[in-house]
Amino acid sequence: MKKLCFYFQVHQPFRLKDYRFFDISCDDDYFDKKLNHEIMRKVADKCYLPMNQLLLEQIQAHNGNFKVSFSISGICIEQFELYAQDVLDSFKRLADTGCVEFIAETYGHSLSALKSPEEFKAQVAKQTAKVKEHFGQIPTTFRNTELIYNNQIGSLVHEMGYKTMITEGADHIMDWRSPNFIYSHCQHPDLKLLLKNYKLSDDIAFRFSERSWESWPLHAETFGQWVNSTAWNQEIINLFMDYETFGEHQWAESGIFEFMRELPNQIINHSQFDFVTPSEAAAQLNPVSEIDIHNTISWADAERDLTAWLGNPIQDDAFDSLYELEELVKNVDDKKIKDDWVKLQTSDHFYYMCTKFWSDGDVHKYFSHYDSPYAAFINYMNVLTDFEERVKKAAGYTPEEIKIDQGIIENFKKYLPYSVDLK
Amino acid sequence: MESKPLKVLMFGWEFPPEISGGLGTACYGLVSGLIDNGVDVTFVVPKLYGTEETDKFRLVGASDINVNFSNDHFNKNLEKVKYLQIHSHILPYVSPQEFLERSEFDVESLKIDSTFSTAKFSFGGKYGKNLLSEVSKYAVVAMQIAQDQDFDVIHAHDWLTFPAAIMAKEVSGKKLVVHIHATEFDRSGDSINQEVYEMERQGCEAADRIICVSRLTRRILINRYGIDGSKISVVHNAVVPKPAIIYPKKNLVDKKIVTFLGRITFQKGPDYFVEAAKKVLEVMPDAHFVMAGNGDMFLNCLERAAELKISKRFHFTGFLNYFETNNLFGMTDVYVMPSVSEPFGITPLEAMRTGVPVIISKQSGVSEVLNNAIKVDFWDVNALSDTIIGLLKHEEVSKQLAGDGTDEVHEMKWEYAALKVREIYNKTIDRRRSVRV
Repeated sequence: MKKLCFYFQVHQPFRLKDYRFFDISCDDDYFDKKLNHEIMRKVADKCYLPMNQLLLEQIQAHNGNFKVSFSISGICIEQFELYAQDVLDSFKRLADTGCVEFIAETYGHSLSALKSPEEFKAQVAKQTAKVKEHFGQIPTTFRNTELIYNNQIGSLVHEMGYKTMITEGADHIMDWRSPNFIYSHCQHPDLKLLLKNYKLSDDIAFRFSERSWESWPLHAETFGQWVNSTAWNQEIINLFMDYETFGEHQWAESGIFEFMRELPNQIINHSQFDFVTPSEAAAQLNPVSEIDIHNTISWADAERDLTAWLGNPIQDDAFDSLYELEELVKNVDDKKIKDDWVKLQTSDHFYYMCTKFWSDGDVHKYFSHYDSPYAAFINYMNVLTDFEERVKKAAGYTPEEIKIDQGIIENFKKYLPYSVDLK
Repeated sequence: MESKPLKVLMFGWEFPPEISGGLGTACYGLVSGLIDNGVDVTFVVPKLYGTEETDKFRLVGASDINVNFSNDHFNKNLEKVKYLQIHSHILPYVSPQEFLERSEFDVESLKIDSTFSTAKFSFGGKYGKNLLSEVSKYAVVAMQIAQDQDFDVIHAHDWLTFPAAIMAKEVSGKKLVVHIHATEFDRSGDSINQEVYEMERQGCEAADRIICVSRLTRRILINRYGIDGSKISVVHNAVVPKPAIIYPKKNLVDKKIVTFLGRITFQKGPDYFVEAAKKVLEVMPDAHFVMAGNGDMFLNCLERAAELKISKRFHFTGFLNYFETNNLFGMTDVYVMPSVSEPFGITPLEAMRTGVPVIISKQSGVSEVLNNAIKVDFWDVNALSDTIIGLLKHEEVSKQLAGDGTDEVHEMKWEYAALKVREIYNKTIDRRRSVRV
């Protein structure tokens, strides 16, 4: 049988509150509790709770033949603890079925893999502990923030002992290859890569409720036929998407829940596919080839690269300014500073600063609570300035004295009013 | 001896606390100074916000004036407003329904219809997109005011009020003094708005006397507007005494802070401030720079600071109100005004009265009168950064400059500036002779 693998990304950032210049040194509470609470409750009621219930019912109805996997960011679990204990409980019930795999990622949904192997590993460890604490599993599959991947990141993940990793499989990355096989890292044959089938994934995640789409309205039966009609020799279809697709991005009114309620039946009873979790897929299938990815990829926007988070001057300056503090933070023993450090690394902060104005800009706007990327940037930098002050104070940092060139002072003297004398 | 106080009908566009720039501040200071000198001032603005100090000043909001269109004499003068190309929104005393039907019509149609014998005009105030239309409406209301009020001379501040002042002069036959705080060339560089330029020129032509805020501005009027220099006087601005509250520094307490405060526009040279910040940070990486204000070069400056990788030391606050401005001065170690073209520049005086040492560009009018300030060419980024470093590093120099500067600005009283303005009024209306006779 061929394999069908569902992986859902569950993530909510700690959004920053409105933080002005005049708040610097006066307020070390950076996050918008009210907004984060509101959004968590809204998404819980529209998506997490009804969808978890739906998945639970389907798992029970199909006697263990229906399986899914989740990657939940650590800071999202933290917000469940704060604002949505009911959601946490429902995920625990799913974990108890034995048909749900939890995947490892960075705790803060960060871009640390691009900047600091040490911070990256620390965050993965923290995330793993959190998953273990709540769901009783130690993840064996890894996925990096926003499916960001290159050979180097693959090596890092391999170094940590993971044998299975998830990433993007868009056309321009795959070239002539199909994402419907298992691949392996070009230097580490024992790191298996599962690649997203972006066409079928996006049919659900993006196009489902689009009335101008020729396949609207999409029924589970049709989708099952599409899955079933993939080439005879292909082995796996990976459907990777944001979990908020269900009920949040695609509203309940779009019929998305009915679709998902029927899909397991269509696949299990009417196709040559079995549901698997990522680690099962990796255990059962062999890689057809290694894959060499030099330029960093992701699952975002049309470009599938890093430009949603990094690349424009404001994103780069904010990102570099943040990681300049890493060494100092490491030497500080202060829980709040360590917590803030992780939350400030969340990729969403940099996503809000994206200035790409073509069609992807619309998606960015939907996911941002700021008026403009520049407002997001100014707010973030104000917070970062305060954070830097706190870190430096806690670390007992004293700046090194830079000797001022005598030429500067001579020039300064020339401009002094006659009444003022420089000794 | 003057038997009764001189009465001035003054037209402005803004009055504190609802102000957007130096014009409102200067008007406030000048009117206060005139009152102290025994001059009776009626100050007209398009709109009052109810937050003004009405017990101290006689303020008139144009939007509160009932304009009477049934008066023949008035309507004859109205013809003269035609050149102003009125496309006004008139808010008459009618039912809401009628108002909706008639909310847009020009002044001529109003004349024919006898049911609308009086009308009030609505004003957005400020500097919105209907600015030219507001300027025209203001002129119509000015005619009514000039007819109702008793005064000896008209005084108008900047081009927005010139059509109003010209109409007031037509109606009353009184002498007109126009006051130039900034010209279109200061605001827009060489790509000027021709309509605005024309209004400025007509205002100066119609004026019996012109007051400029600096010699720099006087030269612009002579060279670029072709105005006869013999009718232009220079009266430098002053500054009102120190605000009562000095705010203790709360933000970045142990850090050096260098401040730019003003509109972030070409005229103010904000880009030179960004470049200088980069150079300072190379030797003083812990200094902080604050750019307060708003303007069309805001994004350029923000992106440039990011390109230079100095955003964590370069902060944008947006527009600041009066209290926030003082708060910022309270924490500032050096204030910089790198203006490319600045007719006067009142903000350095405000910084100095709060005890902040200042660096100003030689291309500002205020540099004509200040002694205890560092003066550099706006384009000389090295001079700018070297003097910032010098002031930050040499506290004793900084203190001396700030102390002497504070003393200096305390002597720059509006009372003295107003005295000069009163003399100009007297000369213009030839009052002394008439009193003597």
